[in-house]
Amino acid sequence: MSDYLFLVPIFPLIGFLTNGLLLGRLPRPVVSFVGCSTVFLSFALSVMLFFELKAMPAGLRVIEQVLFTWVPSGDFHVNVALLLDPLSAVMILVVTGVGFLIHVYSVGYMHHDPCPGRYFTYLNLFTFAMLTLVLADNFMLMFVGWEGVGLCSYLLIGFWFEKKSASDAGKKAFIVNRIGDFGFLLGMFIIFWSVGSLDFLVVAEKAPLVFAAGGALITTTCLLLFVGAIGKSAQIPLYVWLPDAMEGPTPVSALIHAATMVTAGVYMIARTNALFIMAPDALLVVAVIGVVTALYAATIGLAQNDIKRVLAYSTVSQLGYMFLACGVAAFTAGIFHLMTHAFFKALLFLGAGSVIHAMSDEQDMRHMGGLKKYLPVTFITMLIATLAIAGIPGLSGFFSKDEILWKAFSSQFGHPLFWVLGFITAGLTAFYMFRLVFMTFYGKERMDSETRAHIHESPKSMTVPLVILAVFSVIGGLVGMPHIFGVTNYFEHWLEPVMAQGQQAPASHALAAGGGDTGAEWGLMLASVALVLVSIYFAYVVYNKRTELATSLRERFSALHKVLLNKYYIDEFYGAVVVRPVVYFSLFMWKVFDVVVIDGFLNGLASRYEEVSDFVRTGQTGRVRTYATVFVFGVVVIVAYLALD
Amino acid sequence: MNLDTIIFLVSAVVAVFGGTMMIAQRNPVLSVLYLILSLVAQAVLYVQLGALFLGAVLIIVYSGAILVLFLFVIMLLNLRGSEDFGHGSKPISGVTKFVLALLFVFELIAIVRTSLLQADSPIGMMTAVPVDFGSVKAVATLLFTKYLYPFELAGVLLLAAIVGAVVMTKGPEDEGAGATDELYGIADKEAEGEK
Amino acid sequence: MITLSAYVVVAMVLFGIGVIGVLVSRNVIILFMSVELMLNAANLTLIAFSRALNVLDGHVFVFLVLTIAAAEAAVGLAMVITLFRNRETVNIDRYNILKW
Repeated sequence: MSDYLFLVPIFPLIGFLTNGLLLGRLPRPVVSFVGCSTVFLSFALSVMLFFELKAMPAGLRVIEQVLFTWVPSGDFHVNVALLLDPLSAVMILVVTGVGFLIHVYSVGYMHHDPCPGRYFTYLNLFTFAMLTLVLADNFMLMFVGWEGVGLCSYLLIGFWFEKKSASDAGKKAFIVNRIGDFGFLLGMFIIFWSVGSLDFLVVAEKAPLVFAAGGALITTTCLLLFVGAIGKSAQIPLYVWLPDAMEGPTPVSALIHAATMVTAGVYMIARTNALFIMAPDALLVVAVIGVVTALYAATIGLAQNDIKRVLAYSTVSQLGYMFLACGVAAFTAGIFHLMTHAFFKALLFLGAGSVIHAMSDEQDMRHMGGLKKYLPVTFITMLIATLAIAGIPGLSGFFSKDEILWKAFSSQFGHPLFWVLGFITAGLTAFYMFRLVFMTFYGKERMDSETRAHIHESPKSMTVPLVILAVFSVIGGLVGMPHIFGVTNYFEHWLEPVMAQGQQAPASHALAAGGGDTGAEWGLMLASVALVLVSIYFAYVVYNKRTELATSLRERFSALHKVLLNKYYIDEFYGAVVVRPVVYFSLFMWKVFDVVVIDGFLNGLASRYEEVSDFVRTGQTGRVRTYATVFVFGVVVIVAYLALD
Repeated sequence: MNLDTIIFLVSAVVAVFGGTMMIAQRNPVLSVLYLILSLVAQAVLYVQLGALFLGAVLIIVYSGAILVLFLFVIMLLNLRGSEDFGHGSKPISGVTKFVLALLFVFELIAIVRTSLLQADSPIGMMTAVPVDFGSVKAVATLLFTKYLYPFELAGVLLLAAIVGAVVMTKGPEDEGAGATDELYGIADKEAEGEK
Repeated sequence: MITLSAYVVVAMVLFGIGVIGVLVSRNVIILFMSVELMLNAANLTLIAFSRALNVLDGHVFVFLVLTIAAAEAAVGLAMVITLFRNRETVNIDRYNILKW
């Protein structure tokens, strides 16, 4: 079975080629079938591979498949090789599983779109690139996938490219990501320069021998890799592209900008945990950026009115959590949250898509309300997802978020301040998510009558994925229940072989095992649950019971509200500081340097040539005999020269 | 003045005369006939030089096939020397060209006479040759042993020439085979015949 | 016995006639035949030298030259036919669309 590992990314590639090469020639059902079935095959294969991996002894759970040598250049030797270990097994399950559901959902969602072929082509290409990214066994191949998903993200954000805002958003995402990619590349160079290999396993093995722990080189390397992660996973200061990316179709937002691609940065850091664990300073930076992003994005989420933008900032915030986990060396917790987040955030996006679909493409929550009775399935599933993300005990989000908060507090790299900020974020998250639910599904119906007449529950192809994801949002967390519930944390066990690669002291274990801290863990958990409940109640009061309170609050804190509504004016700030100078400089280069200097030189050269040619061409009469005469004259001269010699 | 010399002189004069008349004619049919005359005289020179096989080939292939092809094309194009070429502007006059060509020939002859064929040059005189020099067997032996590959390549060249000629004279696509019929002037007759 | 130079001189004269033909003739078919004449002048020198040096290889070359002349005549005449079809003339000076 492990011999067929390469088929996991190949299936979506086949789908991509089929739909892409026969673009516009296949009927809609065939396109949908090809798009979905290829991803399903990958998913089925992933499940089988997962169980095969599970059957192997814990320490030896590594399947490596070398397909061919890609770059055989002296010392620089790169294979196209796939690596299946517990970490990538989790990732391919998430990518293909959630990906398959979103493909199915797309069939319904894109039902009215004129080009489903192009859509599924991109989506399959994305799945292929993402699987390449997570299955790569070296940095180079990972980078291929990394760029591939970036390309697909660009293509899919700008899917409706006739809309200027969509094509602008696509470009923005691409350019901002490029900054991060540059960091990733530089990090990769340093790794090759010092280790002499780009294979993950080799790097992890040799890193302790090559790098001085905590030294400047390893710190630089990790920070550069982290820059890549910042770009891809939308952290401060490169998060600006993600909210704009909501211009794409909603299933795309669910797949790429919530469940899979944006988590690539987290995955990359977890994959290179052996390096990061050696650079405490870099870890501190990761943790700080993670927690600040989490809090910062959550505050913006409070004031947004576009349903997808709320979710976008929520995604940025949750990604911040994951980085916080990575930053305190709790990589397992980060990946755990990545997985649960994939379930409930994909569900939230798909639910939002269902709402938008029903509302005739209206995205402003101020024009919604009272949708509960029109969209029962969507409402129930979204409520479950909201409860999960808010962290209600028993649901998946609770376990993963709480583990992160606990690790932030207790890990040897942790700090109580991290916990406090994460704690506040948890409250804000619950508040803005319930604000979304109340504004959308409860209260007065604020849409116009024409829209209301069209409201309908989504078709089966859309609701069934919602239900399945809802089930996973509920039970997905059970695999990673913390020790204090008296059960084994299967998830942590599962990832242990990968995460222990470079870990000198699994700090979390040492502390968690100590009985004295169990009380603290319970305490912190209860505190956060209490805060979440209070926030939910607060949201209920402000946005459902006494809606006039929302208005008065908004007026009282109008300055703050305005700042939040405008996202701290970061886009304007970047526009003034980065974009405008670049634009002006480009204008200068175009108008002055290009037009006057270069064009002037070249055009001048060309017109001189033209003048000379005008003169010379008078000799070109087109008469063959004249040419022959000149030719003979030349022969005569040459022969005369030879004869006189 | 033995027989050999007489044959040589007559042949040489006839060859040059044929060539000259060829270019002096207005009617291309006569030109072809004069060229054939010149070639026959050259074939005599070939035979005198022992090239029996090539002399025969020259008459059979050159006069018999290639020049007949010329005649065929002239007939096809219906040229009777009636076309008036007029006296358009000439960048270089005919006299200039004539002088230039003569200069060229004199140069060549001068070189031949001064450097190559001096009396004391070892190749100035003919050497003795075996009896079967230039016979079919001798040439064929060389052709199929030492020059086998050039020989085969020549075959490929001929094939390419055939294909090229067919493609070029095929005419525009839409007319197809009809174009040739039109050229022959038989398409209309056929159409009439069908009625 | 006729010397080698006599044959070569005859060949030179024939070649020169060919050159004059190419330069002076306006009829593209006569021009073509002049080229053939030049080829044959070259053949004559080859055979003459072959005889003088008692080396038979020259005959093979003449044979190959004849092949090329045949190929050239086939393609060249095809071109003439195509040109005539388009231009209704065999005047070489009218085939001047390649100028400028």
